[in-house]
Amino acid sequence: MYRYEPLDQALVDQRVRQFRDQTRRYLAGELGEEEFRPLRLQNGLYIQRHAPMLRVAIPYGMLSARQLRMLAHIARTYDRGYGHFTTRQNIQFNWPRLEAVPDILAELATVEMHAIQTSGNCIRNTTSDQFAGVAHDEIVDPRPYCELIRQWSTFHPEFAFLPRKFKIAVSSSIEDRAATFVHDIGLHILKNAAGEIGARVIVGGGLGRTPVIGAVIREFLPRAELINYLDAILRVYNRHGRRDNKYKARIKILVRQLSPEKFAAEVEAEWAHLKGGPAVVPEEEFARLEASFVPPAYEAPADTDATFERHRHDDRAFARWVQQNTFGHKVPGYAAVTLSLKKPGVPPGDATAAQIDTVADLAERYSFGEVRVSHEQNLILADVRKSDLFALWQAASKADLASANIGLITNIICCPGGDFCALANAKSIPIAAAIQSRFEDLDYEHDLGPIDLNISGCINSCGHHHVGHIGILGVDKDGSEWYQVTLGGAQGLDAALGKVIGRSFAADEVADVVARIVEAYVEARHVQNEEVEPFIDTVRRIGLEPFRARVYGTPELKVA
Amino acid sequence: MTRRIILDRAIADDLWQLIPAGDAVPAGGKIIVPLAAWLAGHAALSARGGQVGVWLKPDDEPGLLARDVARLPLIAVQFPQFTDGRGYSIARLLRERFGYRGELRAFGDVLRDQIFYMASVGFNAFALKDGKSLEEALSAFEDFFEAYQTSVARPVPYYRRRLGGAPA
Repeated sequence: MYRYEPLDQALVDQRVRQFRDQTRRYLAGELGEEEFRPLRLQNGLYIQRHAPMLRVAIPYGMLSARQLRMLAHIARTYDRGYGHFTTRQNIQFNWPRLEAVPDILAELATVEMHAIQTSGNCIRNTTSDQFAGVAHDEIVDPRPYCELIRQWSTFHPEFAFLPRKFKIAVSSSIEDRAATFVHDIGLHILKNAAGEIGARVIVGGGLGRTPVIGAVIREFLPRAELINYLDAILRVYNRHGRRDNKYKARIKILVRQLSPEKFAAEVEAEWAHLKGGPAVVPEEEFARLEASFVPPAYEAPADTDATFERHRHDDRAFARWVQQNTFGHKVPGYAAVTLSLKKPGVPPGDATAAQIDTVADLAERYSFGEVRVSHEQNLILADVRKSDLFALWQAASKADLASANIGLITNIICCPGGDFCALANAKSIPIAAAIQSRFEDLDYEHDLGPIDLNISGCINSCGHHHVGHIGILGVDKDGSEWYQVTLGGAQGLDAALGKVIGRSFAADEVADVVARIVEAYVEARHVQNEEVEPFIDTVRRIGLEPFRARVYGTPELKVA
Repeated sequence: MTRRIILDRAIADDLWQLIPAGDAVPAGGKIIVPLAAWLAGHAALSARGGQVGVWLKPDDEPGLLARDVARLPLIAVQFPQFTDGRGYSIARLLRERFGYRGELRAFGDVLRDQIFYMASVGFNAFALKDGKSLEEALSAFEDFFEAYQTSVARPVPYYRRRLGGAPA
């Protein structure tokens, strides 16, 4: 993974010094609440329901074992012994003291970490495919491009006070695992017919209260022009994005108001001034960045391993975990493994300090000391030999990290919700727990096949409910918590926004509603030979009506 | 009492009078007039006794001054709230696209903690919000000693400077 050069380290160290002084001035009353607010936000510090919340950046989700141990140390020393991995591949600590934050940042800086721009109206952490560099369907490794964007976006002097937050995602594979169509900018790194590397540029996607699928504004941008083009997009947005209403301030509103064609024309006009200028990225820089992501020293094991195959044959639980939680690796004999942070009953994405330490150990033993965070809030060991899978599974099981539910209904994406977040209208974690306990029967869950179920505690949509096959949104009605259900959302290349099925439900009914939706699917799905029609395909084929009939046609549910 | 500002990283007396939109223009002295007033009558303004500068609101188009940059001694950009970042783009356009070399001043809700970025995008004068310490604000230029990006302060980005060669 990328290791800091002296400049990277110096900037992070100077940031710690700067924020320590800002915190001191705030506590001394020299900086007002409103003056301090954007400063602390751009250092990841929110003031939450119970305490401050600190969001630490994990650039494009990559972590070393050493960094993980630091996160565990911070969870133990400054928090209540756990952290929460987020849908932006970051980690949040929910209980630090404001006064301690400069010390936390100083500790993070010793392992090349920080909380820069993890909040506030600025360019946020760039996200990518959790399988970058190892995926069997990868075109080029997206991480050098992510790192280039990380450096460009870090302390960009022109774009520190945008109309609203700004999120960039990069993907470079056949499948899109980075949700690029629901980001302010999505980039697909690809090759043109001549074999040159460039980017397809998507703008104006996003979730929140106005969900929008992004529009492609350029099919191929030569990679040397990437920074000039990003500067052009951001400049158009910074100058012309709305600032009078924070709910209409995201770039998607500007793109929609102008039309994607007109917006693209504005960007191209701005780019015409910048093109070929000093920000052209030289080939030497790409070579330097690519050298940071050279593949580890893979051995050359056979693609299959007799012991592995025997365990898979003999042990049904292991076989199930292999089926759900491993992903095809481009090197024969290896697999990428997802360690599930979705154990039923535990808030999705939460990990204890002990678990984080265990993951660091497992990474060193089995996966070259590196770990990735997925936007689905799980942890990935990307380079595990198939012959090690059984031992890894046993160790991960002991640490409650081996729930075999990746891609299944209990792998719920969920925001912290009303238990923690000051913005939330409703709790989300207890809803996730209720649904997970409803699908405790593993055979049933596996029989249902792939279902993405996403929960957001409010319309800010941190739980990505719009793109869940089943989406659940907490809403406030006359001071009590209700839940709206959507169906048919999807992420990936055929990204779609879910549609609301009807009136909303009380908290204690949501699990029943989900159960009915799933029953309706099981009855309606096509099964041919061994081929089972997946949930999302059935929803697309039969539409919402049969699900509505099942959910609302039975009288016991009270609806709002 | 003369108002003081930061000019070229030092504390200096402010010799200019800012004329709010709609106010009458005094006969003499150095004045900074709204863009609309400048566009409406710069011949008359240039003919009067003292020097004239222009100030821009965040939604003003800096390109309207493209032909005037060589003769303007001062352009000021208003920050109604420090969280309104449009002025940063205006500054870069004036410096980089239109070649403005005179005094570029930030005024309004201008605070110590934004000065480093403001200086990076080309401001060299800062009329701080009333009541803020200029002495303390001087240290803001030292917040960081380097940056990755292309800016007015560092026209060549770090990834080209590190190669040691001349820019393209």
